Amino acid sequence: MPVSLLPFEKPVAELEAKLDELRRFSEAQDIDVSAEIQQMEAKIAEMRRRIYAELTPWQIVQVARHPQRPYTRDYLQLWKCDFVELHGDRLYADDAAIVGGLARLNDHPVVIIGTQKGRDTKSNVECNFGCAFPEGYRKALRLMRLADKFGLPIITLIDTPGAYPGVQSEERHIAEAIAVNLREMFRFRVPIVVCVTGEGGSGGALGIGVGDRVIILQYAYYSVISPEGCAAILWKDRTYADRAAQALKLTAPDLLRAGLVDEVIPEPEGGAHRDPAQMADRLKEAILRHLRELEKQTEAERVALRYAKFRRLGVYHEKTEGPASQNMASVRPSS
Amino acid sequence: MPIFRKKQYAVVKVRKRDMPDGLWLKCPACEEVLYKKELESALGVCPHCQYHFQIGRAERIAQLTEPGTFEEWDADLSSVDVLEFAGDSTYVTKLTENIRKTGHREAVTCGRARIGPHAVGFGVMDFAFLGASMGSVVGEKITRLIERSTQGGLPVVLICASGGARMYEGMFSLMQMAKTSAALARHADARLPYIPVLTHPTTAGVMASFATLGDVILAEPGALIGFAGPRVIRETTQQELPEGFQRSEFLLRHGLIDIVVHRRNLKSTLVALLDCLHPVPAPTPEAVVAASA
Repeated sequence: MPVSLLPFEKPVAELEAKLDELRRFSEAQDIDVSAEIQQMEAKIAEMRRRIYAELTPWQIVQVARHPQRPYTRDYLQLWKCDFVELHGDRLYADDAAIVGGLARLNDHPVVIIGTQKGRDTKSNVECNFGCAFPEGYRKALRLMRLADKFGLPIITLIDTPGAYPGVQSEERHIAEAIAVNLREMFRFRVPIVVCVTGEGGSGGALGIGVGDRVIILQYAYYSVISPEGCAAILWKDRTYADRAAQALKLTAPDLLRAGLVDEVIPEPEGGAHRDPAQMADRLKEAILRHLRELEKQTEAERVALRYAKFRRLGVYHEKTEGPASQNMASVRPSS
Repeated sequence: MPIFRKKQYAVVKVRKRDMPDGLWLKCPACEEVLYKKELESALGVCPHCQYHFQIGRAERIAQLTEPGTFEEWDADLSSVDVLEFAGDSTYVTKLTENIRKTGHREAVTCGRARIGPHAVGFGVMDFAFLGASMGSVVGEKITRLIERSTQGGLPVVLICASGGARMYEGMFSLMQMAKTSAALARHADARLPYIPVLTHPTTAGVMASFATLGDVILAEPGALIGFAGPRVIRETTQQELPEGFQRSEFLLRHGLIDIVVHRRNLKSTLVALLDCLHPVPAPTPEAVVAASA
């Protein structure tokens, strides 16, 4: 399947069309133009590199939402991790928007939980475009309890526009489901590695987003509100999403600078969807590296450090007896 | 000349009633005109239809805690425009306006107080301040309230209201959900009761964190309580919203709220709950003697 191009990749698209033409020509006429082809390929790669080096926050959001971006099930398959999917929250239903189960990551038994988007209309209807219902968060909680009981590390993969805003969600208390996950994720004794792989959509992302390490892919984003939602509130117009994306400081480098994530995993040239296998390898390497570090901690240390990690997040001004002080502990100096 | 003339209606000029600002107001529910003093003595509840008006922090403290027992904590915390938010109206302007309007530095007031015989950590969120949205200061003050209460062995009573996360602080505001929930885990581990009281409106990020983590969850009648706003739900799903959707009574019926409590019974309900969940130890004979001396 050809990779679909984003609007800002148009110059690349034009060159790729020419390249195709050249290839067809060379085949049809049986003329060797491999030198020209090579040259053009290099030019395309260079152009893509230039475009991707200067992506605006709004363009990054579009890469994060790319319809061919690898999702949880793709990673599970590429990792060849003997995934055994477990279903249901034991309360109401099985939510297809959150996938979870047991797996062996390089022979290391773990519990993996991730949000899942669809590839076409049918699968998107099934999993609600990656927007989980309360039963999704409760399934995640059940599986995390299982992990804690058997001492298995928890890995979560996040790519969701947000929790599902619907009547049924409210009737079954989506807010409570997320809140309970937040509280309980601070209690688990096993290591938790959180990976934002695409869209980190607000509370719906955070609902499986408390961990000892929070890592993010280079072109993923994580935000308190969608750029469109923010634009609708601030500029009364959703088309100002590009300005909102800029203002929200939602990109991976911004989040790293603010101390809100621990590591940014570089994506293949042109985004994760251009080379899912390579992306999966890099992500797995990072997860295993963090797990190795976390497993050196005692359970008590881990739980205390996780508390401290989130406890320090926040920027405020405090006027005390002496000179006014500002809590910028979480903000790293920009380089 | 037309056979059927347009019917002439008598035009009666109604002189607007002389209503000096601040003395009278209209109930938004039953449209009855209320004398402000009367409304205040009714705890901010319409005497005709029982509509619960939003009330300020001073009123809450006066209504629920024993006179003179409230001791404020962390009043000096104020917000920072950490993202240097550029929009039509800047965050700094919004903050300045709201500080002037409310006379408070931020959207929550926390401290220690006594409710009946019970010493508690007590917090009040104020919708009048930027919709009681949760930024770093709100999150930090509530976290400190919970942490100090855990250390001091105090139950926490928190009057909740909020439009959600403080968008202007970006991801820092989202992380306050995690921070407050973490503090509540420790408070719960210390086997101390936590009672949130959901008032109109309590939504979004606050709902998806400390507002729904109570041992007992109380709500005032008719309050809008939910995760996503009704407009967002209608626009996203094109669904018809059921009658009374996301109101306290709806959530009581759907099993989230323990009790919908009329404001006049709020204090006695809190005392009754704390009497069971965290009984005040009976005074020792020595203490009785000392007190009578």
